Amino acid sequence: MKKVFTCIICPNGCNITAEIDGENIISILGNGCDKGMQYVKQELTVPKRTITSSVLVENGIIPLASVRITDPIPKERIPDMMTYIRSIKVAAPVEAGFVIDPNALGLETKLIVTKSVPYERKQK
Amino acid sequence: MTEKHDVVIIGGGPAGLAAAVEMKKKGINDILLIEREKTLGGILRQCIHDGFGLIRFGQTLSGPEYVQRFIDEVDHLGIAVLTDSTVWTVSKDKVVTVMSPQGMRTIRAKAVVFSMGCRERTRGALAIPGERPAGVFTAGVAQSYINLHNEMIGHEVVILGSGDIGMIMARRLTLEGAHVIAVFEIQSIPSGLPRNVHQCLDDFGIPLYLSHTVTDIHGAGRLESVTVCKVDEKLHPIPETKQEWACDTLILSVGLIPENELSLDAGVTLDSCTHGASVDEFFQTDRPGFFAAGNVLHVHDLVDMVSIEAEKMADSVAEFLRDGFLPFCPLEVIVGKDIGQVVPNRVEGLHDVSFFIRSKGQQENCSIQVVQNGTVIASKKMRKMIPATMAEVKVKKSNFLDSSPLEVRIV
Repeated sequence: MKKVFTCIICPNGCNITAEIDGENIISILGNGCDKGMQYVKQELTVPKRTITSSVLVENGIIPLASVRITDPIPKERIPDMMTYIRSIKVAAPVEAGFVIDPNALGLETKLIVTKSVPYERKQK
Repeated sequence: MTEKHDVVIIGGGPAGLAAAVEMKKKGINDILLIEREKTLGGILRQCIHDGFGLIRFGQTLSGPEYVQRFIDEVDHLGIAVLTDSTVWTVSKDKVVTVMSPQGMRTIRAKAVVFSMGCRERTRGALAIPGERPAGVFTAGVAQSYINLHNEMIGHEVVILGSGDIGMIMARRLTLEGAHVIAVFEIQSIPSGLPRNVHQCLDDFGIPLYLSHTVTDIHGAGRLESVTVCKVDEKLHPIPETKQEWACDTLILSVGLIPENELSLDAGVTLDSCTHGASVDEFFQTDRPGFFAAGNVLHVHDLVDMVSIEAEKMADSVAEFLRDGFLPFCPLEVIVGKDIGQVVPNRVEGLHDVSFFIRSKGQQENCSIQVVQNGTVIASKKMRKMIPATMAEVKVKKSNFLDSSPLEVRIV
């Protein structure tokens, strides 16, 4: 069976055509590099994505700190990860790179803060 | 009282930051970087998605992480920064008037760098008729509400335009619990990157309707629905195809315009294709000592390329400050067949030069050619070209024939 993929690994977005048999690639055309082959393999077995969002910050100069997971997770677990991220609240000051969870949802990915948010005393 | 600085950089986004850092490293000590927001970083502060930095740093970062690397360097190098300050005017003799928290300041510079970035096209620019309810946002404004201010903007969302920010917001809104009904694109091909069509729309089952546009907006108070029509080859709406789509939010992702009011103020000539300044290979405008780089010059796909461009420009600014002038660039660059835009617009003909190009429409199995006096002096084979993806063609210095114009074309 022929299947067409858009590689999402880099901005080139190669249009890859693969002849596949179940989870096996018989032939592949259009991938600019080896990562395209890896991507197609992953799409055929467990499609994975990274995810970015933000968490609430208490007493920060802005109300949110952006976060991301450092490694891709199975696509179907994205809603669980969003629910988890939504439940998190951190206290300012928070530094970019701070690891909120070293193994988020047991999916072998860190959840890290991507923006430093300084502390701001709220006017009463 | 007029202050004096060697260089004034207007705009503290990715271009201005990269330029400031590179100039300082080239030995220019008297730099003032001016930013109108309270903090440096420009648009990347709100671009919390990842995918930045693959070219510049060899790893994928979110927008805030990418830009923080440059902000940290600016801090570390002790570059003077003026935030919360808006440049009011830039005179032809390089006097910059800026409104700052300390009041009005006048600064005389030896060189001025334009790095103001771009702004979004709005409903007004498209002239969509109809009522004027709440609930109509540009994609960047929606992004700012959600990612910086923690304000959700709506529940039932229609997106007009398939620009990258629009598609990224489709995904973001979906993840935050909104229902993105559809994305409509007037062109017959998506205007953003293919990978965003896949990871932002296809992944979430959001339909993309090509050759469709919004022709009317309805709602008293809040948006209630939009009218959508198919368009013909000339992009004219076909009235018989009209359909009503109920929604409470319309997001516009319909293009970016380089923000050049200050450049015009300084008497700089703009290029009719890029809508940015017409520049030579040194990123100098047609007014000596005025430079431009980043999205104010031409809208980029990737911030990595903005940083790299601004760094190249910074090297020229350093040369200008050292010698008091830059070489004259006699070779005019002509926008040829199927080319949408080219940067730079003039070259000296004595160095290797990269041209950055967008095609007019979609082209397949084609070549980009640089032609001088009827001779092809550079050529690059392309499997596919789309306006959403900028291409680069290099010309070797030994290939320039004389000082006659260069035509860039697709064949």
